[in-house]
Amino acid sequence: MPSTDQPDPRPSAPTTPTQEGRSTDQPDPRPSTSTTPTQEGPPTGASPSPKRSIARLLPTRSAKLIAGSAMFALVALWAIIGPFVVADPHAISTHMLSAPGQDGYLMGTNQAGQDLWAQLAYGTRGSLIIGLSVGLMALVLSAFFGVLGTYIGGAIDESFALFTNVVLVIPGLPLTIVIANYVPPDQRGLFLISVVLAVTSWAASARVLRSVTLSVRGRDYVAAARIAGEPTWRVLVVEILPNLIPVLASQLIFAVIFAILGEAGLSFLGLGANGSFTLGTMLYFAWQSLALTQGAWWWFVPPGLVIAILGMALSLINFSIDEIINPKLRDSTRAARRKWGLTPAQIRQLEQENVR
Amino acid sequence: MRFYLQKILFYLIAFWAALTLNFLIPRMMPGDPVSIIVMKMAAAGQTITPQTRHAISVQLGGIGEGSLISQYWQYLGSLIHGDLGVSIANYPVKVTTILQGALPWTITLVGLATIIAFVLGISLGILAGWKRGSFLDNLIPVVTFFQAVPYFWLALILLLFFSRTWQIFPFAQGYDTVAWPIIVPGWNWPFIKSAVYHGALPAATIVLSSIAGWMLGMRNMMVSTLSEDYILTAEAKGLTPRRVRIVYAARNAVLPSLSGFAISLGFVVAGSIVMETVFSYPGIGFQLWKAVSNNDYPLMQGTFLVISVAVLAANLLVDLMLGLIDPRTRARA
Repeated sequence: MPSTDQPDPRPSAPTTPTQEGRSTDQPDPRPSTSTTPTQEGPPTGASPSPKRSIARLLPTRSAKLIAGSAMFALVALWAIIGPFVVADPHAISTHMLSAPGQDGYLMGTNQAGQDLWAQLAYGTRGSLIIGLSVGLMALVLSAFFGVLGTYIGGAIDESFALFTNVVLVIPGLPLTIVIANYVPPDQRGLFLISVVLAVTSWAASARVLRSVTLSVRGRDYVAAARIAGEPTWRVLVVEILPNLIPVLASQLIFAVIFAILGEAGLSFLGLGANGSFTLGTMLYFAWQSLALTQGAWWWFVPPGLVIAILGMALSLINFSIDEIINPKLRDSTRAARRKWGLTPAQIRQLEQENVR
Repeated sequence: MRFYLQKILFYLIAFWAALTLNFLIPRMMPGDPVSIIVMKMAAAGQTITPQTRHAISVQLGGIGEGSLISQYWQYLGSLIHGDLGVSIANYPVKVTTILQGALPWTITLVGLATIIAFVLGISLGILAGWKRGSFLDNLIPVVTFFQAVPYFWLALILLLFFSRTWQIFPFAQGYDTVAWPIIVPGWNWPFIKSAVYHGALPAATIVLSSIAGWMLGMRNMMVSTLSEDYILTAEAKGLTPRRVRIVYAARNAVLPSLSGFAISLGFVVAGSIVMETVFSYPGIGFQLWKAVSNNDYPLMQGTFLVISVAVLAANLLVDLMLGLIDPRTRARA
């Protein structure tokens, strides 16, 4: 461990030259740490300007965040613009199972001669729409059970917690499959599938939110606000909710990943929303048409790859949010240490001493 | 003792909730299973009399006959007798017989793969958290790729490479069903060899997709734990790094991974169900898929119930283990 005359290498310490290389446009010496739930006590300093307090909630710029956001933006942009520029995804042609690049198809065709590049654009849009709507619905549900119930406390909190835990241990996807199968295919719309996915996936987030809310609720400044006679809604919205924003954001992202994966699985089993076209539907048709045995890899590799890239991008964004929630997780790589302005000898010494 | 009683009571409530959901879903959903089957029969050119409707309804556990309460009692009664009805697609085989054949496959596959993924993921997480900024730690963003991959897609990719391009592993099934001499399932060497060989790709799918979650969670907890004061104390005492790493840091850091086991297991089970379809693996997930595609309602209900019970049992086991490892959970109860 470092001796006392050594500079504290932890990035969250305000006296280190950590700020170099990150958030140069905002001079706040402690970027984004003061609103974390791990930080004890109320935010220090007299009321900061609103602009600065918003900036504190934003993740600091890191390679992970930039890579994640760029990947997500690219896929999302393609999902928005793609359907307007590609050909009709359902138009059939005589070019059956053309390999990518062959016959003028960028990503080849499927068994019916449909343009897979066009299908991928529509599929990505469909998956993203489901993912975002399910994510939002799940977030509302988890905030209701996790935050509201916990704030009220008492018997309501107990029963909400019990309910959350029961929903959590009952396996979600099998339940979704059973529910989806009981709905006649003509009634199995996009909305219904989204609701079913949301209803079966909110519990994990609610549990996380509950534990964070519990710790925030016990803080002195919340008690002070209550004693000062602030109405319940104001304590919840103004005092507690801002502290939960990073956690809510990370739970939303988890919910979106989960929803995209869940929908893909459901569609792959042929239980997707009626009339919707997603990446899961593409995989379903590829599997049903024996794309694997025919060696038509260009049919089923890209949809899964897009799902994985989306998930990876969202996870990378989540890393940055996690670093707000828990500053201990911040970068401590060789590259990050170099930015602290230490000499190579100091860096070597730190590494030898295995400083974290 | 209070802790164990509380846990068991909680899982009893969860079990009851699963039973009741299983009862309510077929009755509350807009689709009427009896009508769907009747419509299929009519389409096949069979004559439908009111007696036919009644017979189908009885077969499905009395859906649409009598009040909801009396149906519920009847449902619970038949469950106590271990009666899950008769499969429609495999008439007249009992649902319990089908599930008995399928359950060992899934439990062995998912159980073993989860244990492998847990041990590997936790160990990698310990190393990545211990050496911040090391090669392993920098690998973490790449690992998230596997976390976000759909199981069934990874299964397709593995099949593409290891069964189609390089014909190393078999395409489907749980064991070699066309081998000569005939392989009889049971505790005999040819069967075990064949089952392991056929299970390799499905297991690899589960391990590859789920290892990332364990590793990430463990790494983050390890990083948080390592900045605790007692770690500093342990190091100051001059304990060996190995002892600090395993006994002081890892032992505490692993607890959230265990208490979050339910969430992780949910992912694994959900993924495995769809994955089994890809491999035509003779487990529960494949049965569920067959039931879904054949509108075999009794089999579907039975499968859901068995999956729920298995997941609840696994969670109960982990919860009890957690109480054993971490005295604080017992004290809090």
